[in-house]
Amino acid sequence: MKKYEYDVLVIGAGPGGSMAARFAARHGLKVLLIEKRPEIGVPVRCAEGISQAWMKKVEIDPSDRWIDTRMEGAKIYSPDERSVIELSAEQARNEVGFVLNREYFDKYLASLAIKEGADIWLKSPAVDIIKEDGYVKGAIVRKFGERVEVRAKIVIAADGFESQMARWAGLNTVLRERDIVSCIQYRMTNIDIEENFTHFFIGSCAPGGYVWIFPKGEKEANVGIGVALNKLKSKGEVKGYLDRFIERHPYLKKGRILQIVTGAVSTCPVPKRIVDNGIILVGDAARLIDPITGGGIANACISGKWAGEIAGKCIENPSKECLKEYEEKVKKKWERKHLRNWFVKEKLAALDDDTLNKLMEVISEEDIKEISVRAILEAVQKKYPELVEEFEELL
Amino acid sequence: MLQVKTSLCNYCGACVGSCPVNCMFLDETIVRIEEDKCRKCGFCIRCCPVGAIDADWWSE
Repeated sequence: MKKYEYDVLVIGAGPGGSMAARFAARHGLKVLLIEKRPEIGVPVRCAEGISQAWMKKVEIDPSDRWIDTRMEGAKIYSPDERSVIELSAEQARNEVGFVLNREYFDKYLASLAIKEGADIWLKSPAVDIIKEDGYVKGAIVRKFGERVEVRAKIVIAADGFESQMARWAGLNTVLRERDIVSCIQYRMTNIDIEENFTHFFIGSCAPGGYVWIFPKGEKEANVGIGVALNKLKSKGEVKGYLDRFIERHPYLKKGRILQIVTGAVSTCPVPKRIVDNGIILVGDAARLIDPITGGGIANACISGKWAGEIAGKCIENPSKECLKEYEEKVKKKWERKHLRNWFVKEKLAALDDDTLNKLMEVISEEDIKEISVRAILEAVQKKYPELVEEFEELL
Repeated sequence: MLQVKTSLCNYCGACVGSCPVNCMFLDETIVRIEEDKCRKCGFCIRCCPVGAIDADWWSE
């Protein structure tokens, strides 16, 4: 078997992996980024909506090349769709987020890693782990059909929801049934939607999750759904939920489907351990998904950057003690927030449509200026303190 | 036996990530299964967004 040696091996060229490779390479390390697919960013497994405030911090400059549409705010619809909670920017025409084109966005991030000096292999899945003396020392990679040994001082696992490296390394990222959301999305054209807003529909139309409509351009949008696994009983049920939602809405029903996207996301609190000797988990592989929104791109980019930087610091001593700095940083940023949002998710999943309708009728009269889960919760707390009692201290 | 209907499978990995015992592996576009590890929990069958997975022991 051919052998290769690197300082850092990054597995998966999604946003988390590319950012990790970029910042590890900037530190002067010899970095290899591997991607199992023949093309970066394809197939898309994402609803593509993101906020923009975090981008500067991770040195991403918004570009029209990978932004499909610019958003002014979000609208959340009650189950009967009579009440709408509108979250919008202070001033109209003020952008608060984007709907991305992941096919280009992911390629752009990979190119940033390459510019810093990282090497990249496509069509190269990791098929096994190399572990010696209690340390992860690399992976067996099928490089364009050929099994090769890639040795590295540190492996950064950015292999997404279906992450294998973490499990092979012995890190527990196994999900409970209630913390798995099964998703399907259609990219639809010829539909009538309000284009400067993202739209969210909650209630029995999507138990334990929501339906989203994220505009991709004129008369075009990602129309998708996520349903919690503990609410799904039969085969292919999640697709049935989406089809019925579209059927009920004439402005969608008149449209046609250009693309079918499927996938799953985790909606759990931050795992106890996301580093071990010689390995760091980032993004979806580290389960760094917001349990209420299901969003993970920003978290992947930020955690990827930190992983790359801390790999630089620990390259001569890649022990879990040294890499712990990464874990602590991640926990400081997301542990509390994700725990709070996990509680909110569980609470929300337990409310029936009538209760939600009543609740949202009252909340929708509130003027919510900030686009965040916290802002909504504060409005809820004002009117229905008993609903947030259980996790008040996390607000 | 677990079976993936390749004519339906969108190779998204939803089944792989939901498996509590990691008996599945997404080999680029092919879901490979280590049958002897499977505990027959049915997570993968219900999690598959397009209903591409079936098993002789599965009943709804």
